[in-house]
Amino acid sequence: MFSYCTDPSTLEGLSWLSCYLTTGKHVNLYISVFVVLTLLAITAPTALVFGFGAASAARSKFLPLRWFGKGYTSIVRGVPDIAFFLFFVIALDQAFEWMRHKVKCPDWDQPIRQGIDFVVCDAAKLPLSTSPQWVHETYGFFLAVLTFSIVFGAFAANVLYGAMRAVPRAQIETAEAYGMTHRQAFWRILVPQMWVYALPGLSNLWMVLIKSTPLLFLLGVEDIVYWAKELGGTKTARFTDYPHPNWHVEYFFALLVFYLCFTKVSEVVLDRVMTRLTKGQATAAGEAQRKAAA
Amino acid sequence: MSCVETIQAYAFRSLGFGERLLPRGEYTLCEHFTLIGSGLIWNVYFGALALMTGFFLAVALAVGKSSPNPMFRKPAEWFIFVFRGSPLFIQFFFAYACFLSLKGVSGFFDPFTSAWLGALIVLFCNTAAYSGEIFYGALLSIPKGDIEAADAYGMTGWNRFRRITFPTMLRLAWPAYTNEAIFLFHATTLVFFSGFPAWRQQGDALYYASYFADKTFNPFIPYPILAFYFILLTLVIISLFGAVNRRLNRHLPQERRQRFRLRPNLIR
Repeated sequence: MFSYCTDPSTLEGLSWLSCYLTTGKHVNLYISVFVVLTLLAITAPTALVFGFGAASAARSKFLPLRWFGKGYTSIVRGVPDIAFFLFFVIALDQAFEWMRHKVKCPDWDQPIRQGIDFVVCDAAKLPLSTSPQWVHETYGFFLAVLTFSIVFGAFAANVLYGAMRAVPRAQIETAEAYGMTHRQAFWRILVPQMWVYALPGLSNLWMVLIKSTPLLFLLGVEDIVYWAKELGGTKTARFTDYPHPNWHVEYFFALLVFYLCFTKVSEVVLDRVMTRLTKGQATAAGEAQRKAAA
Repeated sequence: MSCVETIQAYAFRSLGFGERLLPRGEYTLCEHFTLIGSGLIWNVYFGALALMTGFFLAVALAVGKSSPNPMFRKPAEWFIFVFRGSPLFIQFFFAYACFLSLKGVSGFFDPFTSAWLGALIVLFCNTAAYSGEIFYGALLSIPKGDIEAADAYGMTGWNRFRRITFPTMLRLAWPAYTNEAIFLFHATTLVFFSGFPAWRQQGDALYYASYFADKTFNPFIPYPILAFYFILLTLVIISLFGAVNRRLNRHLPQERRQRFRLRPNLIR
């Protein structure tokens, strides 16, 4: 990285550290921070959409749809979330391959589950065995994002379902008195008003989402935990220019601090958003704000 | 092997009793149920012990955090912030790395690198922080009248805390604390995925479930079984805590009692 880094064995102290922290592998570590941020940026809106869909399905008048919505919102209640993470990654992968198999190789006559193997034709493999490395990595990341979205969608559905029920019943009745249809009352009255009730739950969910990003490591994505583990291990002089003993403690401490800062910043920002949103609302917090200003 | 034999061989496999080798080849449903159930012993062990020991630290933290003296308040606030603000997964990794390097310093730290003690300590601190925050919230919402009545009777200090503040705090916090207990048991599944080694393949329920899923490449059998066990465990916790809740609320008129509502938003 720097010009003086050409011969690391002569370096001392801070200049050694500056060279050490800018090696190619460390750059990978810094890039993986963006992987985490990308995951958050994609998962949060997707999970919100899933949650919204499931929450409205749970309120539906059509029974099977309501069952689906309720079933989806309750999957997270009794079972550890990490079990879902591990389950969905394999299950989704197999579901995709199975579907492609049905479409691409209709004349395949052998069973797909042969004892303890899952066999699909070559054309149905995902990603194709001929595709380059980055496709494999992107596919893995995509599966992880989908898994996160499904699990957090269920959490969000719980929050939104509660928020929809928290909107005063009189509001809907008024809308119906004005002759609005069920659909109109939902979109024009219920949805705009539910957010202020949903926000505490959603901001809590955001914190939980941040704190669950290290689980990416379990899903096989090369995230910060992976690189911290990799870089912190003992390095001997034979394989690297920067030999060091086992530094796992330091690396994981850095991760700990990273997450603490991240959650702290989020907390401050979300508090501001909440203050902003409750302004002028007919809730206890909004009332307190009005009194404080007066 | 018949199912009874399987149960005899593997029911306590996770503790090191019975058959050493895990089953091979085609796995029967019975083997799935027995091994995953055997792993559940670890989840119950971690959850129950962390909960019981963490309770005391949690009360201390809650009292510390509500103390006007910064000597007590600041450490409690920081403890709660650190353990609630960072992922449990990273805490496990960090603790394991710490214990591992301490092991080099002194043989005293040997048992800390194995899951039964090391992970238990992390879970203990973690649940203490989460419950401490719950109890702190409950301390803040103790009705003013209760404290005033205690003052009127001339109760102060320890006496007032033991007879008025603590029972009321516990009563107010109990529904949220039940939630915390449930999610602590869920969190115990992380232990063997976060550095702590499963010695001789003696792991928890999720460890065996993912073992089966890896070997058979079929997630649709082991994970639903795991789910079944955990739903059962959750129901047991709810009924146990519900009994305590009824006892805590027994002096109140029926309609003022605190009801328990499951709020599933607490992964760590």
